[in-house]
Amino acid sequence: MLKNRIIPCLDVKNGRVVKGINFVELKDAGDPVEQAKIYSDGGADEICFLDITASNENRETIIDIVRKTAKECFVPLTVGGGVRSIQNITDLLLAGADKVSINTAAVKNVNFVKDASKKFGSQCIVVAIDAKKVSENKWEVFTHGGRNKTGIDAVEFAKQVETNGAGEILLTSMDRDGTKSGYDVELLKVITDSTNIPVIASGGVGTLDHLYDGIVKGGASAVLAASIFHYGEFKIKEVKEYLNSKNVSVRL
Amino acid sequence: MNVTIVDYQSGNISSVINSFTEVSKGKVNLEVTSEINKIKSSDKIVLPGQGSFKSCVDSLNSINGLVDTLKDFAITNKKPLLGICVGLQMFADIGYEETETKGLGWIAGKVSKIDNQNGKFKLPHIGWNEIDIQKESKIFKDIENKSHMYFVHSYEFIPQDKSVISATTDYSSEIVCAVEKENLFGTQFHPEKSDKTGLKIIDNFLKL
Repeated sequence: MLKNRIIPCLDVKNGRVVKGINFVELKDAGDPVEQAKIYSDGGADEICFLDITASNENRETIIDIVRKTAKECFVPLTVGGGVRSIQNITDLLLAGADKVSINTAAVKNVNFVKDASKKFGSQCIVVAIDAKKVSENKWEVFTHGGRNKTGIDAVEFAKQVETNGAGEILLTSMDRDGTKSGYDVELLKVITDSTNIPVIASGGVGTLDHLYDGIVKGGASAVLAASIFHYGEFKIKEVKEYLNSKNVSVRL
Repeated sequence: MNVTIVDYQSGNISSVINSFTEVSKGKVNLEVTSEINKIKSSDKIVLPGQGSFKSCVDSLNSINGLVDTLKDFAITNKKPLLGICVGLQMFADIGYEETETKGLGWIAGKVSKIDNQNGKFKLPHIGWNEIDIQKESKIFKDIENKSHMYFVHSYEFIPQDKSVISATTDYSSEIVCAVEKENLFGTQFHPEKSDKTGLKIIDNFLKL
């Protein structure tokens, strides 16, 4: 039976982890490679890096981090943030990323997802959708970290990227992100029901029950979380044991 | 010992290189190449594959003499070869991804889309799934039954002769996820992304 995946996400800015885990055993709390290794050794099903570096000049930094991490972590590695061109994807994959996550560029240019999946295969193309509720049962796609409104319906967009060859959708609720009040389960449900590719839930996790809800009520194939892991509130193992105790199948 | 990972521009093989490098540290001379002479002088070959069946077969065929060299290595000389993901699928006679495409024809069978029961199961089949070991296989030494492996695929290899199947996994139906036929080994899952158990499979292959 296919297991539900638990994916810790590391926000990286100028080569340093933002909101890092404060583990005593860490030599350098800001080192993304070391943190990724801790997650991977702790049973993470995948590792996600989100590069929030604002400038283009620092692209090399994330590539170097990916290169070092890929030599030590033997679970899938997804990298997002600033993926705008085929060349960006090539660079990340060559450095050792297994998947890339495309956000703004997928909205700006509908053919980008199509071109990327054709060139590299759907298996490595994740489309990250940032959605915000605009009215009852209606969500809209936002870009640039939730700052820009696009007028695009999130459900329609999800269907479109599936058609264009995305292998997975990483769905973030902009209403819930950073609030610790739980995933937007309604949004998740409507997207998982209207697409046939796996959906990764993101944005809003504060408790273990939120992860449970994302999978069981929202229909997500994987759950992504940042702060509950970063601040050491929960270890990956605890999360998995909890979900397992509630009959959610996970890789133990 | 010389081990060659065949680099035929089939997409992203960095993870395969990283994991084999990790496991083979100091023990094995690892080459990543499509050079015919290097392949000929290898003791073992790893055939990765990402993207579609068609794109992988086309890439193999685009390198002059590569398919014949691989055939000599694996079929005539019966030296150990491990196919990973589409690398395994290409062992088949025929594949149906994108369009009907002839495979290498090393193990009789076909590669078809997983029957996801009208959308009941999401495709691609992405993530960690348990393997059900069907027969003893040299690359499964010290691997427990029901171990988790990392999968990402929408198509499955269906061999004619079921006795080549060394493991299956349950996703909408029993999907063939590993084969062994004499010196030919193949995994549908990605040992290079399957954590310590995956590295153990790589180690087993290198120790053959």
